Amino acid sequence: MTYLAKPRLHHPDLPKNKLGYTHRDYEGAVSTLCAGCGHDSISAAITQAFFELDVPPHRVAKLSGIGCSSKTPTYFLGNSHGFNSVHGRMPSVLTGANLANRDLIYLGVSGDGDSASIGLGQFAHALRRAVNMVYIVENNGVYGLTKGQFSATADKGSKSKRGAINNDQPIDLVMLALQLGASFVARSFSGDKTQLVPLVKAAVLHRGAAFIDVISPCVAFNNHAGSTKSYDFIREHNEAVNRLDFMPARSEIITDYAPGSVQEVVQHDGSVLRLRKLHDDYDPSDRIEAMDYLLQRHAAGEVVTGLLYLQPDATDLHAALNTVDAPLNALRESDLVPGSAALEKFNASLR
Amino acid sequence: MSRVAPIRAVNDFVVKFANVNGSGSASANLLFAKAILRMGVPVAPRNIFPSNIQGLPTWFEVRINEAGWRGRRGGVDLMVAMNPQTWDQDLKEIESGGYLFYDSTKPLPASKFRDDVNAVGMPLTEICNREYTDARQRQLFKNIIYVGALSALLEIEPEAIAELIGEQYKGKEALLKPNVQAMHMGRAYAENNLDWPLDIRVRRTNAVRDRIFIEGNSAAALGCVYGGATVAAWYPITPSSSMAEAFARHCKRFRTEPATGKARWASVQAEDELSSIGIVIGAAWNGARAFTCTSGPGVSLMQEFIGLAYFAEIPAVIFDVQRGSPSTGMPTRTQQADLLSCAYASHGDTKHVLIFPEDPKEAFEFAALSFDLADRLQTPVFVMMDLDIGMQDWLCDPLSWNDKRRLDRGKVMTYEQLEAGKEFGRYLDVEGDGIPYRTYPGTHPKRGSYFTRGTTKDRYARYSEDGATYVDNMQRLLRKFESAKQYLPEPVRRNAAGASRFGAIYFGSTSPVMDETLAALHAQGVHLDTLRVRAFPFHDSVMDFISEHEQMFVVEQNRDAQMRSLLINELVVEPAKLIPILHYDGTPITARFILREIGEKLAMFNVTPLRKVAP
Repeated sequence: MTYLAKPRLHHPDLPKNKLGYTHRDYEGAVSTLCAGCGHDSISAAITQAFFELDVPPHRVAKLSGIGCSSKTPTYFLGNSHGFNSVHGRMPSVLTGANLANRDLIYLGVSGDGDSASIGLGQFAHALRRAVNMVYIVENNGVYGLTKGQFSATADKGSKSKRGAINNDQPIDLVMLALQLGASFVARSFSGDKTQLVPLVKAAVLHRGAAFIDVISPCVAFNNHAGSTKSYDFIREHNEAVNRLDFMPARSEIITDYAPGSVQEVVQHDGSVLRLRKLHDDYDPSDRIEAMDYLLQRHAAGEVVTGLLYLQPDATDLHAALNTVDAPLNALRESDLVPGSAALEKFNASLR
Repeated sequence: MSRVAPIRAVNDFVVKFANVNGSGSASANLLFAKAILRMGVPVAPRNIFPSNIQGLPTWFEVRINEAGWRGRRGGVDLMVAMNPQTWDQDLKEIESGGYLFYDSTKPLPASKFRDDVNAVGMPLTEICNREYTDARQRQLFKNIIYVGALSALLEIEPEAIAELIGEQYKGKEALLKPNVQAMHMGRAYAENNLDWPLDIRVRRTNAVRDRIFIEGNSAAALGCVYGGATVAAWYPITPSSSMAEAFARHCKRFRTEPATGKARWASVQAEDELSSIGIVIGAAWNGARAFTCTSGPGVSLMQEFIGLAYFAEIPAVIFDVQRGSPSTGMPTRTQQADLLSCAYASHGDTKHVLIFPEDPKEAFEFAALSFDLADRLQTPVFVMMDLDIGMQDWLCDPLSWNDKRRLDRGKVMTYEQLEAGKEFGRYLDVEGDGIPYRTYPGTHPKRGSYFTRGTTKDRYARYSEDGATYVDNMQRLLRKFESAKQYLPEPVRRNAAGASRFGAIYFGSTSPVMDETLAALHAQGVHLDTLRVRAFPFHDSVMDFISEHEQMFVVEQNRDAQMRSLLINELVVEPAKLIPILHYDGTPITARFILREIGEKLAMFNVTPLRKVAP
C-alpha cells in the first residue's frame, strides 16, 4: 500500500514486448488496497500476462462489480477502458459489451461476495452462455470492504477474525463452473505467480468462457489461524495437479520434460498449452472426472489448483447467435437501416 | 322475439366474442375482423385475454366503425357467446335491442335469455360432431363455421374471408381447403336456417384507405431495427415478450448478411430483468445501440442499474409495455401506471426521459427516435407503451421513413480527434449543454480511455469523494436534463372552435379516445382545448398551455393521477387547477367514460352544453 504516485520516468532499457510496449504500459493507478493484499499480486500477474502476450492495452476491456476485488481493474491496464459496475452484475455488463464488439478482449474481475452471493445468478448464466471472456474471482472468503463478514465461499467450520464459526456450506465456484459448462476452468493462488501468470495467458487465448478462481488471502480480515483462506493454510494445503509452463505456438519450445509427464493441448488459434502433469491420474480434458477428483480432494482437505478443465474446441455466444464477423458496433448505417422501400413492402403486407 | 326494436346500424356497431382460452378462437376472430377491413370498413379489435394458456375465459371485441374511431366504444351490439362459463355475464353486457348468437345444440331454459335481446341459435356442436371425427378439428372448425354464419348474418363478403384464408394457408393446401369449406358450411347453414341478415350490417366502403393493421409491439420492434439497434436483451413478461419476438422476426428479414446468412444483430433472453438491463448497458457503453423491453415489475427489478446508467451516463433504451399494476396486478390488462416509477427510477436524485407514443405508428417512430435520444443525451430513455398499444392490432397510417435521415450517435470522440490532441474529459461540459463527450472502448492506444464507475468522479472520470466535485457533476446532470427538451417530441395542441376556459392534457393510448371525445364535445357545442403530452421532461409549451386556462383536466389510466403529480412537481402548478380524470379498471379508456366524467365536472363549473351530453 502506497499513496505515492509512481514516477512517470522509467529506465530507458526496460524490456519491450513485440509491440514496443514496456511493462509499465500495462500497469494502472497505484493500488489503494491493504499492504500484502492477495489482490495486488493478482493485478501484477494480469499486468505481466498481458505484457507477455503482446496485447495492445487499449484492446482490452476490463469490467468488475463492487468490492475490494472489483476495485482492482483501476490498478492494471491503465490504457484500457474499465467499467466498475453494480454489485454482482459484472457478468451481464460484460456480456453486453462482448455482444457489441467481439474484437476486444474481455476481462471480468469479481470477488467471492460479488460472484458467489449477490451475483451467483449472473455468474452462472454468463458461463452457461459461453461468453468469450476471462472471468477471474479473487476469492478471499470474506467481505473486506464491509469489514470481515463471511462470504459464501468460506468453508464450513472456518473461523472469522472475531472468532465466529461459519455454519453454512461453502459454494465452490470451480465445481459450479464445471457443471455450468465453462470451457476453461482453473484454480490458482495469489501467492503463486509462476502458476497464475501462465493460467491468465492461456485463459486470454481461450475462445469461450474461461474461469479462474484465485484464492487471495485477505490480510486484514481473513489471514488468521482457523481461516481456510489464509496464506499459511493455502500454502500447506495447495495441491497443484499440473503446471502450465509454456504457451503460445509461435515461440520455440525450450523446456525439457521427462517423457509422459507433459500433455500438449492445441487451442483454436493454434497456440499450444504444455501442461506439466504433477498428478498422473489427473486428466484436464475429462469434465466428469475432474469434478469427481475435485470432490475427493476437497473431502481430504486439499485445495486443488492448476488447469482443471479445458475444452480446446470450445465455441462462444457469438457462434451460437451466428453474428456477423464484424463487430456489431462497427456496422454501417446502410447495413442496419432497411430504408423506405423496404418499409413500403412491409406496409403492403399489413393490409 | 325481442320486446324492443332491434338495433339497426350499418358499419357502426360492436361485436364481442366470448370464448374459452386455447380453443383456437383468436385466429378465427381476427379473420372476422380482417375480412371487414378488406371490405374497406375500419375496425378496432381488442383481444381481452386471461393470464392463462388454456381453459379460462377470453373475449375478442371488434368495434366496426366507418368513422374510424380506434378506441373502445363500450357496450356490445352482438354477443357471440361461445363460453358457457361466462354466459350470464356476457348476456348482461348486450345493449337493449342487441343480438345474441349462440350454440343451440343443447336447449337452454328461457331464464338464460333476455326479452330485449334477439337470440340467434345455431347448433354448432351438432354440426361439427356430424362433419368431423377428430376432436381437435371439431373445436377448430367450429370457430371457422361461426365466422361463416356471421358472414351471412352481417353481410360480410365470403370472398373477403376466403381470400384471407388463402393468404394465411398459402402453400398449405391441406389446411386451406377445409377451412374455406368450413366457412361456407357455416354460411350455408345461416342462409338456409336463420333469419338473415340482421339489422346490423357491414357495407363495403373505402374508409380504410391505405392504412395498415399492426400491433404496437411489432411496430416498436421494427422501429428498433430502423433506429439501428443491434443488441436486445429481455426477460419474458406479458405484455412485452411479443416485442422481443417481433425484433427477432424483423431482424431475420432485414438484418441478415446476404453473403453469409449471418446476423447483424444479437438478441439474448436473459435470466432476469437485472441481467437484461446490464446487457443493454454493457452493449451501449461499448458503442452498440441496445434496448430491453419489459413491463412494470421488470422496471422495478432494473432500478439499481438505471441509477448507474443515469450517473455514469450510459445510453439505454427501455420499452415499458405497461400493464395492470402493482405487483402481478392484472398482467393481461392495460394501464398507464408506471409514470412515476420510470420518471424517477432508482435511488437518490434521478430523473429520466420518457416518451409516450399514441399508437403503433408512433411506437415505430418513437422507437427509432429513442436510440438517437439515448445516444445524444447519454442517459436511459423510456418508451412508455401499454398493453393496449402493444398487443392489440391497430389501424394506422402507413409507417414511413425518410432515407435522408441519419442516426444521431451524439457526442463521440473519434480516433482522429484524439490523435489530433483534442482534450478529452469524459464528464467535461464542453458546449455548456451538460452533455459530455464519450469514447468507445478500444478507440485509441494511448488516449481517450477512462474508467466508468457508479461512484462520484470528477470531470476527467477520476474517482472523487469531494463534495464540491459531486455537486458540480449533479448540477451538470440537471443542465443535461434541461437540454433534453429540445430533442424530445413536442406536445400536440388542439384548440377548440371557440375560446375555452378549460383544457385537457392526455397522453399515450388515451389519444384515439380523446379524438372521439372532442368530436362529440364539438357536436354538443362544448369548447375544450387539448394538449397531448409526448415527452418528459415537459416542453415549455406545456406550462404555457396550463397557464392559459382556468382549469385543466388531466386524463390518464391509473389510480393516483401520476401525470398530474409529475406536472405539479416539475412545473410547480397549483394542484387545485388540475382535475384528474382517471380510468384504471384494466380495460382501455373509452370516449363514453371521458364524456361522462368531463360532463359532470363541467356541470360543477356551470358550463351548460348547447345539447345534452350523451350517456
